[in-house]
Parts: sequence; C-alpha cells; structure tokens
Amino acid sequence: MEAFKTLTSTVAPLDRTNVDTDQIIPKQFLKRIERTGYGDFLFFDWRQTPEGKPLPEFVLNDPRYKDAKILIAGKNFGCGSSREHAAWALSDFGFRVVIAPTFADIFFSNAGKNGIVLVRLSESEVETLLRNSQTIPGYKLTVSLQDQTVIDDRGFKATFEVDPFRKYCLLEGLDDIGLTLRHAAELDKYETEHNKATWLQAK
Amino acid sequence: MSTPKTLFQKVWEQHVVVEPKGEPTLLYIDLQLVHEVTSPQAFEGLRLAGRKVRRPDRTIATVDHNVPTTIEGRLNIVDQIAAKQISTLRQNCADFGVELYDVNSREQGIVHVIGPELGITKPGMTIVCGDSHTSTHGAFGALAFGIGTSEVEHVLATQTLPQSNPQTFRISVEGKLPQGVTAKDIILAIIGKIGTDGATGCVIEYAGSAIRSLSMEGRMTICNMSIEAGARAGMIAPDETTFGYLKGRRFSPQGAAWDKAVEEWSKLPTEAGAKFDRELVIDAATLVPYVSWGTSPGMVAPVTSSVPDPAAAANDLDRKSFERALEYMALQPGTPLDKIAVDRVFIGSCTNGRIEDLRAAAKIAAGHKVSTHVSAMVVPGSQQVKAQAEKEGLDQIFKEAGFDWREPGCSMCLGMNPDILSPGERCASTSNRNFEGRQGRGGRTHLVSPEMAAAAAIAGHFVDIRNWEVREEVKA
Ligand code: SF4
Repeated sequence: MEAFKTLTSTVAPLDRTNVDTDQIIPKQFLKRIERTGYGDFLFFDWRQTPEGKPLPEFVLNDPRYKDAKILIAGKNFGCGSSREHAAWALSDFGFRVVIAPTFADIFFSNAGKNGIVLVRLSESEVETLLRNSQTIPGYKLTVSLQDQTVIDDRGFKATFEVDPFRKYCLLEGLDDIGLTLRHAAELDKYETEHNKATWLQAK
Repeated sequence: MSTPKTLFQKVWEQHVVVEPKGEPTLLYIDLQLVHEVTSPQAFEGLRLAGRKVRRPDRTIATVDHNVPTTIEGRLNIVDQIAAKQISTLRQNCADFGVELYDVNSREQGIVHVIGPELGITKPGMTIVCGDSHTSTHGAFGALAFGIGTSEVEHVLATQTLPQSNPQTFRISVEGKLPQGVTAKDIILAIIGKIGTDGATGCVIEYAGSAIRSLSMEGRMTICNMSIEAGARAGMIAPDETTFGYLKGRRFSPQGAAWDKAVEEWSKLPTEAGAKFDRELVIDAATLVPYVSWGTSPGMVAPVTSSVPDPAAAANDLDRKSFERALEYMALQPGTPLDKIAVDRVFIGSCTNGRIEDLRAAAKIAAGHKVSTHVSAMVVPGSQQVKAQAEKEGLDQIFKEAGFDWREPGCSMCLGMNPDILSPGERCASTSNRNFEGRQGRGGRTHLVSPEMAAAAAIAGHFVDIRNWEVREEVKA
C-alpha cells in the first residue's frame, strides 16, 4: 500500500448523495479476477451512454477535472455492495482522497486498505467545497493527513477526525495481515482454547 | 452483580483475541463464506505471499452470483468471464482445501441461504463473507457482516479481523403484525424511517414481540436488509424458533453436543437492563405493505399512498437526488403507487428466496394468471429450497399461473448472469436494492414483499395485498 502524507490537487465535484458502489463500479466489471485495471470502468454507466458515447455533463468527463486526485460528494458515499472493486476503481483512476459528510462502513474499510484517505467534513463544508470546485477555475485543495486538515489558498480551512491507528497505517502504508501476524502467539493460544467451544464449530 | 450485557456484547467478547493498545480489537472469525465474485483476488494474494488458508474447516464456498438460472445455461456458461470466475473458484478451493458447493451440488445456492439451511450458521458465531448481505445470518444471534476482498484474504490467512467496536442500536417492533404485512414490510418501514445511513457504524438488535413471532425465514429477511440502513450487522436473539429451525440440520450438533449447544446458545440473549447506544420502538399495528418508488432502499412508501414530491426534501442536495431518482424511475409526484404498471416480476434473492417466501407467493398466485403484459420469474434461493418447493407442488402452481420456474442463484437481484432488465423496464422485485441499473442498465426496480410481487404479476400493477382474493388453498 502506498503511504500518504499530503496532497494538493484539483477537486472533482460529484454533487450526489448516497452514491452506491453499484454506480462506482457496475457489476459487469466484477467478473474479472485481477485486482488492477478498473479505472476505466469507474462510474461507467454515468460516464457514457449505453452505446459508449461519453456524457459530457458528467463530472469526470469534464476537462477541468481531468487531473483531480480528490473527489467530493454528498452523504453516505460508498453505500450498498461490499465490492472492494469500488476502491480499486477509484484508486486506479487516480483518486487518493474522497471528501463527504459520511461514508458507508464497508467502503470505509475497503478504501483504507487501498490507501485512499476518506475525509469527513460537515454538510455545509462539503456544500462550500462543491460550490467552489464547480465555480472557481483551477480550484485546488490541500489535504494533510498528518495535520488532519483540508485547506485552499483562499482562506478555507477545515479539520477532520481520523482514527489514530488508521492514520498511522495510512501514513506508513502498512499491510494488515502483517500487522495481525505480530499477534501470532496470542492467536494460537486463543484458538486452542476457542476450539473447545464445539457449539461454535462450522461443521 | 455484573452489568447486564447485550447479545452483541456477549458474542463480541467471546471472540476477542487481543486488544492491542491504540489499535482495533483483533476478533476471531468462526466462519467465512466464500463465493466466486469477491474471492479470486484474495486467494491470489495468499499465493503471492506464500500463505495458506488457516482454517479450511471454518471456510465454505459456493457459486451463486454468476451462475445462469436455466439448466441449459448452466451446462454451457456462455459468458466466458463468468465461466472463468467459477473455474477459478474451483481451482482455488482445490488448491487451498476449501469445501465447495458447486453448480451441480444438491446443496448449491445463494451463500446466505445455504449457510443456515445446512446448519453451518449457528447462534453466537462470528461470520463474515465478501458480500454485504452477510448480515442475514444475524437472524440466528450470530454477529455476521460483509467484508471487502482484502479482508477476505485477511480472514483466510489469519481467521481474524481487526475491528473497531461498533455502537449498538435496538429496534423493537412491538405488537401484532396486521394481516398482509410481512417481515419485508417491517424492514422497508425501518429503512424508510431511519434512512439508508440511519444505522451507520451500528449493530442493530431487532427485538420486540412482532420480531419474536416471526419464523426464521422472516427474521433472515429483516437482518438481511440491515445493511440497507447502513448497519454493520443486524442480530436477533436465539430462542425456541431458532433451535427448532437448526435441530437435525446437516451440520447442527447431534445428541449430547446438541443439548450442550442449546444450553450455551440460551445464554446469549440481551439481559434486562442492558444499555444500548440508541433505541427505537415501532408499533407493529401502524405497519402496512410498502413499495419502494426511488433508487435507494430508503425511498419507500405505503402501497396506499402516492409518489412523494421532491419539494419535501430537507436540503438542496437531497432534493436533487430525489428529483434524479424520479427522473430515473420515470415517475411523477402524486401518482398513486397502486396505479404503477410493471413489466417484470422477480421473486427470489437472499432476501426473499426461501421456502416460506415461495409458499407465500404461491398462495397469492394459485388459481390466477400472470397478466399478459408481465413476464414473471421465480428463482429459488437454493437447490434445497427448489427441491422442497417441488415436493410441495409450488412449482406447479407457479407454472400454471404463468411464472417462469428457474434454477437457484442470485439471478436478477444483481443481474450478473443473463437475467436482467432491459432499459426502461419496470420490475416488482423481492430483492434488496433498487439502485440505478442494479437489475440491468436503465431498469427500474421496486422493492416489495413476495406476496406483493406475486399480486403485481397477476394484476399487472401494484395492489394492496390486504384486499387480495385468495382463490385456492395451498397445502404445505
Ligand atoms: S441474492 Fe443479491 S444480495 Fe443476495 S447475495 Fe446474491 S447478489 Fe447479493
């Protein structure tokens, strides 16, 4: 996993609430067995017509946001299906940060595992940033994970909460299985004892 | 005296491996269910790192999402990428020693249907699966939740997951359910009330006399859709209904082990006076049959009402989403829901594809005919459900009424196999998600109970099931 420190980038405004993972990566792309190469399919049904013609009004087709590494959206982003392909597609497309008032739980943990920083701001802060990125040409934000801040060069400044352990993992780019295996001895001990609970055996 | 505990707390505490300071708790996982779509990258990760599956005996696999639901389709899967995913799962299970309920197995089915059916799902367990509707298994008093593929790999390798402690939320549904109101209506009402992010970060415990009175099938329908309210998991305390369902199932404990198990499981229910972070009480008598009208499961309304007006939305962004939903669904505010005509009907999925759901739908369909402009299909949740339904003659009732009778799988719940809606088609569906394009690009999904779906197939539009004329008694 790539470590994250700070990032300055243009911001793609997706002014929709309850953006579900079926939209982020539609089901027809879940049949692949690889972990990479999903970027082209991000928001596939919103980006183009059934005939494959790009829909210019969709934000990711707008040349102004071509290099955006920050996505900003309405509340409950990433709801629905548990597909980690949603996180893979966002990161493959180039997004390192998503800003929204709230995120769905499973998406939240999938994003973290793929080095995507999720920033929760208040509804009114999100509305301001949506508006700024829609109306101010070349509008940029700087997200610092270390300081837990989002700032622009016009005086906007917001702070966000992040779980200290998650912050540490993101800053260091740490792999979860490796972290868990530091506790191998405790796990062996627990498991030996737990095996005696026959009523919790699967088969 | 010790502080009274909730069901959730008891299950959680029993599974804590270690609580490292400043880190999430490491939780032991009793069972992982695996399917073809979210597992290939996880097994690949194990291979790359030279890791094994730590507990093949606590891992079970099946194929459900991709499999076609016709016999011919299954013999020769035309979609080469789907076929590859299925054969990859086969190879992975063989390489890593995981038991697989394959396409031809008599026990194949939707992962959340077969776990309980085989008696693999048990009270007090921690259960995960790379699928958000894993919450279904919470109906047994298990702590069950969906995870992403990296987590699938994590559990395969370590049989644990780092988890932060969720909040607890008790939703009590009290009183007697009115006639014609089902478990599906209870959960649609709850999601409509609290919203699709109403329980984010929470584990819900469903309680109250209306929940207690439900069968296991009904309880599973409710826990299944917990995720649609944003919850991490939904749980219902195990009781005699739970034990009655589990007794004698293939992987249920037998003899003395059964008695011991019941003794342990009986200790699980929430104790009087235990504290929840949040509470909500719903009066069952106020519930009616519901229909979803929008593109998010929180957009539901009583069948007796009309498509609501976006002007009522709380803020700008909500109003825009609301308008967008109506545009996508091609609906006008003020249209009575029972005037909305449907083109397709889908009865199935892990929400409502169990035997009791099929019995309920058959009862409505018996002696009637599917409307000439509707195409309707019934897809049993598993091979066992299908066999049982055929034993009871339900397939005959459906076929005589003009429903298509299919092979088990996820089917049109998410349309990853050939069962999909065409653009603009409107469907009454017993599944769990009405997202844009969920059942096929441009398709319009309305979520309802099996009874409401069957009635819509026959009438050609939504109807209030409470006024339905049951023509023939169905003997189960
Ligand atoms: S039936 Fe639908 S919701 Fe259930 S597991 Fe299959 S695709 Fe997921």
